[in-house]
Amino acid sequence: MANLNIDIGKLHLKNPVLTASGTFGYGTEYADFMDLSRIGGVIVKGTTLHPREGNDYPRMAETPSGMLNAVGLQNKGVDFFISDIYPQIRDVDTNIIVNVSGSTIEDYVACAEKIGELEKIPAIELNISCPNVKQGGMAFGTTCAGASEVVKAVRKAVRKTLIVKLSPNVTDIAEIAKAVEAEGADSVSLINTLMGMAINIEMRRPVLSTVTGGLSGPCVKPVALRMVYQTSRAVKIPVIGLGGISGWQDAVEFILAGATAIQIGTYNFIDPTVSRKVGEGINAYLDRNGFRSVGELVGAMERG
Amino acid sequence: MKKYISDWTVKENTSIHAHYCLLKLVSGETFPETLPGQFVQVRVDDSSATFLRRPISIHFANTADRELWLLIQRIGKGTRKLSELKPGQKLNLIHPLGKGFSIPDTKNKRLLLIGGGVGAAPLLYLGAYLKENGFQPAFLLGARSEKDLLQSEEFGKYGDVYLATEDGSRGEKGFVTAHSLLQREKADFLYACGPKPMMLAVAKYAAQQAIPCEVSLENSMACGIGACLCCVEKTKKGNVCICTEGPVFNINQLTWPI
Repeated sequence: MANLNIDIGKLHLKNPVLTASGTFGYGTEYADFMDLSRIGGVIVKGTTLHPREGNDYPRMAETPSGMLNAVGLQNKGVDFFISDIYPQIRDVDTNIIVNVSGSTIEDYVACAEKIGELEKIPAIELNISCPNVKQGGMAFGTTCAGASEVVKAVRKAVRKTLIVKLSPNVTDIAEIAKAVEAEGADSVSLINTLMGMAINIEMRRPVLSTVTGGLSGPCVKPVALRMVYQTSRAVKIPVIGLGGISGWQDAVEFILAGATAIQIGTYNFIDPTVSRKVGEGINAYLDRNGFRSVGELVGAMERG
Repeated sequence: MKKYISDWTVKENTSIHAHYCLLKLVSGETFPETLPGQFVQVRVDDSSATFLRRPISIHFANTADRELWLLIQRIGKGTRKLSELKPGQKLNLIHPLGKGFSIPDTKNKRLLLIGGGVGAAPLLYLGAYLKENGFQPAFLLGARSEKDLLQSEEFGKYGDVYLATEDGSRGEKGFVTAHSLLQREKADFLYACGPKPMMLAVAKYAAQQAIPCEVSLENSMACGIGACLCCVEKTKKGNVCICTEGPVFNINQLTWPI
């Protein structure tokens, strides 16, 4: 058994497998299918300062090897999370990380401060890349200045490990990563969904109520892998890779490309136990190939 | 209720007319308690065109024989593949999902189960369950034409069956909501499942007549377990996932124009 421990800032993971925000609920939705203590952590659904109803139905379109979503950050707000959700999940034997989103800098800071006071939440993932909300979200994540501004403000307000989730809908994701690293982010996670759309040709109208939405699933994996590779070479902080991972082989690719840890998103919908299997698969791969720790594998790619 | 992911074995797969099939599955492992109105998430295969699981309502569940029946309309690539499954092949399901129909407290109620096309599927198990629990359900089934009326003999095992077709090829001609049964008798409780316009018409009738009514929705979904938040229906409590809060709703909970 290889050593699967990984550290991201002050966050200690028993293995490098996390579940991506918005694909794993609060973890409890998956408790019938797997032991949550078998994975490194759960990143819970995007949480905002105020409750949000999200976008109108339809919010989903299946696409080749993937799906589009336009949920629009539906959640009951940070106070509800603290009063009703946190007590149910605080004692789960894994890292519970909260994904924080907002429309204004003040909202991001206020929401992050409230999460920052929760003893059993060791880290915050700052979502500056949601493509499905009219204001804020991705607007902060698509320019270096916007990303810097929000990370700077939140960094001042919270001491917990701060992971910043980046948008792929930019010209140069590595530049955004460098900008948030300079403002004190402990890590970056990438990629959030790629903007896309689908049209119902019989009804001659968009499938999604919002016209456009975020593409995820195995179809985005090559794009995500390339961005993780470029970003990990541009920053010193650990990179968390995600985008289309459906098995341990994909996870190993991301780690070889430079990811210190990985997240599994859309594939949780197809196989709710995939995150446990990926952890087991990474371990077996390390043993087979004579690696003593997963850390040795990070970026350990031979030059082509 | 605890949910399971498990492989089921195809026992029979029978074509019905040109566009439908009846898939009978046998459980290899546990056969969890299954309530009428619940559904399963079916994994079709690994092909790029059928990436997500397909939500399919439970047509019938037989605990003694460990059998689950799915009634399927071939409308897309996923349902076409399901219709081509052969006996002995495996199918992976997440089961049981959602909240089912409510069962009345008193036995002497007149219960009418109204189905439209393949949407009638969950009403067979509901009817069987009601009969087994001492009720006398009746069925009003409608469809475009005779070849879209499914399993009417099977429904007949559990109660009286009234039929309507849009083209008049079987039963009364017209929509279910125009059926003479509704003029003659007033039910105490309505259950409806079918195309949205049909359920809306039934809901309007129920509201006018002040009859309690439940409908089963089929919004498109990804996960089926309340994680993706894609299958939401606008209710008086706001947007809720039909996969966990439904798929069955009392029409009072919804914001339909009735």
